[in-house]
Amino acid sequence: MKVFRVLSAVFLFLFFGLKCQQNPYREGARLYQVHCANCHMDDGAGLSALIPPLAGSGFLKTHRERLPCILKYGLKDTIQVNGKQYAEQMPGVPTLSAVHITNILNYIQTSWGNQEQPFRLDDVEALLEACKR
Amino acid sequence: MKYILFFGIALTAFWACDPGAPRPLPILGERDVVNGDTVYPTIPDFSFVDQDSQAVTNATFQDKIYVVDFFFIHCPTICPKVKANGLRIYKKYENDPRVGLLSHSIDVKNDTVAALKRHAEKLGIHPERWRLVTGDHDAIYSIADDYFSVATENPGAPGGFDHSGRLILVDKYRHVRAFCDGTNAKDVDRFMQDMDRLLEEQFARR
Ligand code: HEC
Repeated sequence: MKVFRVLSAVFLFLFFGLKCQQNPYREGARLYQVHCANCHMDDGAGLSALIPPLAGSGFLKTHRERLPCILKYGLKDTIQVNGKQYAEQMPGVPTLSAVHITNILNYIQTSWGNQEQPFRLDDVEALLEACKR
Repeated sequence: MKYILFFGIALTAFWACDPGAPRPLPILGERDVVNGDTVYPTIPDFSFVDQDSQAVTNATFQDKIYVVDFFFIHCPTICPKVKANGLRIYKKYENDPRVGLLSHSIDVKNDTVAALKRHAEKLGIHPERWRLVTGDHDAIYSIADDYFSVATENPGAPGGFDHSGRLILVDKYRHVRAFCDGTNAKDVDRFMQDMDRLLEEQFARR
């Protein structure tokens, strides 16, 4: 009988453990598909020298504080991503709320092998103050 | 009796697997009968300018099959995905002079020759193989119809233009033979198979 109890525990653990692991930021994934995947691609690879990658992007680490404002108001700058230069233009999505932005960022931070610290909603709200329009 | 049945099944199986040539791709569009001849719609004469200021006309694609799309550089929606899939096609046929690519900008005002040149360089494409063209506004919008694609100006649409992400395959005789959703990698896989079939059909084995 003990065997069954142990087995049930194992299965329950696998069920909940894996289920939660599979897709930690579902809302973020959905929003990413809608607002970002057209340019940065489903796998975060970007496009040639035109659109920088998000997968493995060092920019996410070095410019962490700027990310919420970039998502909301876009970016038109000359930037370096993993040693390559981009002088392009990204439109922002001004209709995104702080909650949306937190979800998208956390999806990016933990997808395609990225392992950045997640954002908290208050962090994002505070950072958005800087570019409030 | 049993043998006849068996033979029937064997025959059916044989037919079903059809070892002969695959059926040719259809010619798309309404066909018409003119003086007893059956005619299919053909791509009309055109003349545009590419990223190197070279004229691009039907003659550019003489004895080639070519892939067409409509895009604009500052497109906030589907264009980069279509370009990414276009790049897959480009890479597959990069060294095959029988295949060309032709992308029309529908943003005549902003996508100047210089802008197209820069875009092509950033994409890393060779102008001989992939022409990014601009030209007369009305000529571009009307040829979109001939390719069964959609291109309209629409201030309400993201970026100000409404267009489909279709990739369109044109044969040596200016007939449209296939198309696919350029944002969908699987559909593009199928499309590249169609391209291979068309090459088989229209060019003698090398
Ligand atoms: C229209 C295409 C487009 C869309 C849509 C888009 N981006 Fe970008 N993104 C770009 C381009 C181009 C750049 C580089 C901008 C520059 O050179 O100044 C960029 C840069 C970035 C960067 C910084 C560089 C890097 O790769 O780490 C991040 C982060 C980013 N985008 C995230 C997003 C997110 C998240 C979304 C969805 C909310 C999004 N982008 C939507 C085109 C786009």
